[in-house]
Amino acid sequence: MAEETKRKEIAAAKEMKRIMAQHFYELDEAAKTRKRKVAWCTSVGPAEILRAMGFLVYYPENHGATLGATRTAMNYIPYANRIGYSPDICSYTTSDIGAYLKGETPLSKAYPGITCVPKPDVLAYNTNQCRDVLDWFSFYGREWKLPVIGISTPRSVGEITKEYIADVSGQMKALIKPLEEISGRKFDRDELKRVLALSLETTKLWKACLFTASTIPSAITFFDMTIHMGPAVVLRGQEEAVAYYQLLLAELQERVKNKVAAVEEEKVRVYWEGMPIWGKLREHSALFASLQTCIVASTYCNSWIFEAFDPDDPFDSMARAYTELFIVRTDEFKERYMTEMFKTFSCDGIVYHDSKTCPNNSNTRYGIPQRLTKKTGIPHLIIQGDLNDLRLFSEEQAKTNIEAFIEGLAEK
Amino acid sequence: MKPTYAGLDIGACYTKCVIIDDQGAIESLAVTPTGFDFEENAKKVFEKATKGVDGRVLGICSTGYGRKNIGFAHFNKTEITCQSMGCFREFGVEATIIDIGGQDAKIIKVDPEGKRLDFKMNRKCAAGTGAFIEEIAFKIRIPVEELDEIAQSATDEITLGSFCTVFTATEILAHVRAQVPLPNIVRGIFRSVAKRISEMDYFSTRVIFTGGLAKQGSVLSKMIAEETGSEVLVPRNPQITCAYGAAIYAKES
Repeated sequence: MAEETKRKEIAAAKEMKRIMAQHFYELDEAAKTRKRKVAWCTSVGPAEILRAMGFLVYYPENHGATLGATRTAMNYIPYANRIGYSPDICSYTTSDIGAYLKGETPLSKAYPGITCVPKPDVLAYNTNQCRDVLDWFSFYGREWKLPVIGISTPRSVGEITKEYIADVSGQMKALIKPLEEISGRKFDRDELKRVLALSLETTKLWKACLFTASTIPSAITFFDMTIHMGPAVVLRGQEEAVAYYQLLLAELQERVKNKVAAVEEEKVRVYWEGMPIWGKLREHSALFASLQTCIVASTYCNSWIFEAFDPDDPFDSMARAYTELFIVRTDEFKERYMTEMFKTFSCDGIVYHDSKTCPNNSNTRYGIPQRLTKKTGIPHLIIQGDLNDLRLFSEEQAKTNIEAFIEGLAEK
Repeated sequence: MKPTYAGLDIGACYTKCVIIDDQGAIESLAVTPTGFDFEENAKKVFEKATKGVDGRVLGICSTGYGRKNIGFAHFNKTEITCQSMGCFREFGVEATIIDIGGQDAKIIKVDPEGKRLDFKMNRKCAAGTGAFIEEIAFKIRIPVEELDEIAQSATDEITLGSFCTVFTATEILAHVRAQVPLPNIVRGIFRSVAKRISEMDYFSTRVIFTGGLAKQGSVLSKMIAEETGSEVLVPRNPQITCAYGAAIYAKES
C-alpha cells in the first residue's frame, strides 16, 4: 500500500532555486577569480557585518544540510572520523570535513560548473549555537592557514541583560579591525545600517510566511519551511531575499484567503522540535501527509527570526538578536516559548527529534518534553535520529512511533 | 453462519491471527513464523485460524510491522493501539503494558476507561527487547524457550553492566570462563532485560506483561514486578493480545 503524497507544492520554489543558484555561482566566481573577498559564516553568525564589509558570504551549515538532504553525508563522515573527529560530534561538521577530504561536494551536481566549495579569505563564527561550529571552522583555518575570528556568546541565558549585550556587542565591534585588514576596506556604518535594514525586512517577511501556518487549515508545512528558509539563512542582508519573501508571502496569503491547505484534509496539527532529519524529509513529508497531519511550526525554522535588529543601533541590536535565540536560552525560557507557539499554532501534539550528534538542538534530554506535556496537556513523541547521519536512524521504528502517535491524537 | 472478525498481527518474528465472534469472544487463533513473504504467511495463518470456524469473516484489521503489506485486510492500525485495546478488553483495568516484542520493547499506559494515554518504544538499541534474548540464547547455544526453566534453578545471578548486546555477550563469556553455573548466568540475562525495561518510564500499580517472553510465574515476570514495583498481570495468551485488539477494532469499526 503506497502512501500518496498530499502536500501542495509552492509555486515560488522556482524563483527560490534561481536566486540560490545565483548565490552559489557568485561565490564560485569570486573564489576562482579572487575579485571579491569571501567569508564563511555560521548560520546565525555575524553575517551583516561581513556583508557590510563587502564580503560575499558562504554558510557551511547550508552545505551540511545539503549533504544530509542528498543522503551523501554517510559517504563522508568516515573520512573525518579517521582524522580524529568522532562520529558522536556534529554530523554537519564531520560530513562537511569528510566531503572536503574526499574532494567532493553536492554543489557540483546541483550547479554544473562548480567543482568545490568557495575557498574563503576569512572564517567568522558565533558560538551562540554550539562549540562545534568553532571546531569546524578551526579545521579549515588550520588547513588553509586562514584567520578564524568570531564571537563567543554566553549560553543558557535567561534574561538578556545589558551586560550580555555589552559583551557580545563588544566582541562584534572587535571584528571590524581584522575584517578591515582582510578586506582592505574601511568599515562604513551607513552600509551596515543598510544591510541590517534588509536583514530586518527579510526577517519580518519570513516570520509572516511562517505564521500563515497559524490559520486552520495551515497554508504551509514544516517540510516547505525547511526548504524555503534557504534565502533567510544565506541571503539575509540582500535585496533578493526581501523580494523573494514578498513573493512567497503573497502566495501563502492567497492560500489563507482561499482556505487552501498545505496538507489536504488536515486533521492533526503538530509542532516539530529539533533538527530536521534531512535525508528523510521527502519520506516524512509523505508520511505526515498520509496521516492528514500538518507540522505547522518548528523551533528550527523560527530560529532565523531576528526581530531585535535596529539599523539605528546596529551593534547592540545585533548582539540582542543573536543572543535572544531559542538555542542560547535557559530551559525555562524554552518552555515558555514553546507553550506560546503551541497556542499560536493550535497544536494537537509535539514531535521531538532527539538528534544524536546535535545535543544543543535536542531538547529531550533534561525533561522538557515531560514537563511541557504535564503543563499544557499536549501529548508528545520523541523520535531518535540524527540531522545527517542516517545510520543513527531507524526508519521502521520511527514510522511506527509516528503513526501510533498520530492515531492516538486523532482519537482524542 | 455467524459473523466473525479477524485480527492479524504481523510481528517481526511471528504472525498471529485471532478470530472473534460478534460478542468479542475468541473463536480461534493461529501463530506462524513471519518469514519473508508477509502476505503469503498472513494468508496461511488466516486460513488456519478460520478453518473449522462456522462463521463468515466480516472485517479484518492488520497490525504489527507488516500491517501495510496485507492487501486482504480492510484496514490497519499500529500495534500500540491494538495492544492497548487487546489488554484492556482482557483485564478492564488501568495499567501500564510492557510488551517485549522480537524487535522492540514498548511501554503503553492505559487509563481506567481503556483510553491510551501515552506510549514509549525502546531507543535504537536491542537492549530490553526479544532480539537481545534471542542473540544471547544463540551465543550460549540454548533455545529461548528453555531459558526460563534454567533460570528457575539459579542460586545467584550475575550482573551484566553493558547496554550493548555484543558487549553483553563478551561479559557472559567472562562468566563462563570463571565457571559460573549456567542458571545464574541466565538469571542475570533476564535481570538485564527487566532493568532496561524499568528504566524506560514510570509504571502504574499494575503492569500487563505481553509478548512471546511473557509467562505467568516466569523468572522475567517476577523480575519485572521487582524492578517496577508493580503487580504483574499476564494475559491468558500473551502472544496474541495485539492480534486480539486488532480483531476488536475489526468488529467495532
